[in-house]
Amino acid sequence: MTTQVDREARTTIPRFDRVERAAHWTTAVLFGVLMLTGAVLYAGPFSALFGRRELFRQVHTYAGLLLPAPVLLALVSRRGAQLRRDLGRLNRWSQDDARWFGRRNRARPGRLDLGKFNPGQKLNATFFGAAILVMLATGSIMRWFEPFPNDWRTGATFVHDWFALGIWLAVLGHIYFAIRDPIALRGMTRGDVTPYWARTERPAWYREVVGDAPRSTAATRR
Amino acid sequence: MDGAPVGRRVFLGLLGAGAAGILWGANAQRWLEQRIGPYLAKDGTGLSGFLPIGRFRIYSVTGSMPHRDRDEYRLRVGGLVDQPLTLTYRDLRAMTPTGLTRDFQCVTGWRVYSVPWKGVRLGDVLDRAGVQAGAKALRFTSFDGAYSESLTLKQARRDDVLVAYELEGEELSDAHGGPVRLYVAPMYGYKSIKWLDEIEVTDKVVPGYWQERGYDVDAWVGRSNNRDDNAP
Repeated sequence: MTTQVDREARTTIPRFDRVERAAHWTTAVLFGVLMLTGAVLYAGPFSALFGRRELFRQVHTYAGLLLPAPVLLALVSRRGAQLRRDLGRLNRWSQDDARWFGRRNRARPGRLDLGKFNPGQKLNATFFGAAILVMLATGSIMRWFEPFPNDWRTGATFVHDWFALGIWLAVLGHIYFAIRDPIALRGMTRGDVTPYWARTERPAWYREVVGDAPRSTAATRR
Repeated sequence: MDGAPVGRRVFLGLLGAGAAGILWGANAQRWLEQRIGPYLAKDGTGLSGFLPIGRFRIYSVTGSMPHRDRDEYRLRVGGLVDQPLTLTYRDLRAMTPTGLTRDFQCVTGWRVYSVPWKGVRLGDVLDRAGVQAGAKALRFTSFDGAYSESLTLKQARRDDVLVAYELEGEELSDAHGGPVRLYVAPMYGYKSIKWLDEIEVTDKVVPGYWQERGYDVDAWVGRSNNRDDNAP
């Protein structure tokens, strides 16, 4: 007789498809380039160390213009159906999502019936989506400043600076949480997760993927 | 799908914050600098240096940070003058000093409020060399080997144009263009050439480094580079 755990050990559950992973990792590389060149353009000690302002400015500008492209291309592509669906999931917040913020130990959601994304991931994705557009708009004002009054240029610089600080913190936090949860990270590297992870961390999503079968044990116990 | 569209609200909220920041960020920055700046000045960890409050960006167009010792520094003044000069740092310090406190405005937008500068009037340096008839403009070169700038003679003789050696009460650091740089108060930052090496008096304006890259030669803050508003 095969137990449920045995079956789980051999199978995996697909989490992010190729299109989603490609969009994620190209965006990640662009973010890396932008954060490093941005640091050189912004922080005095780095500027002093590297100089060559014009070169860094150009790399920063082109990488910035490309930044929205991977996700947008994936969204409109024929094979982007799952990404479009996940965008809807990121948008909608359930009652249990709201309760999650009250938990002292959010890493162990326990009986919270979370979907494919936990609220932290939802906020993270939402922040990055908005930040990309805000950085693109303010960066464009800084780069092609001629039509704009000085106060707008100064305001755009102000917004660009503070959002950049937010992006640094969000990226560092994002990497920290990914390293703390290797299975979740595997979802974005190899594209799949273990059924155990899905069942315990994202129960509502697990039921959605494999059907209601595993719940029957709980049901009989009740 | 079920649930409230919180994601969309947060997304639009962030976009709104960004737009508001473009419109009123200049005021917000001034407020932050006045309220928080004094506390940051006392922070010994240096961590607050990462906060975007009241900072200069360090612009250098070449690969390394130019450096010259104050003892070895020489400012050459030549071209259409009666007497070409070679001034040491000490010579400049011996001349009548002038202090100015102004907002520093970069053409791309960043602004540092109320920056105190000290130096000698460029006009005084020119008088010492004696400008010849027929001279119309000045060409400045930097010892970084790449940067150059220009001013008309009339602009150069304004009271708020300095050959500067102090910034915020300290001798100019390498990063800020030390030992000696130009400070052209009424114009965007790119006119205030750093690491000043030579002043050449010419019979016409010779476009400088950024002018060859599309910036205006006359860089009045608010009255150039396609704008015509709040001139100082």
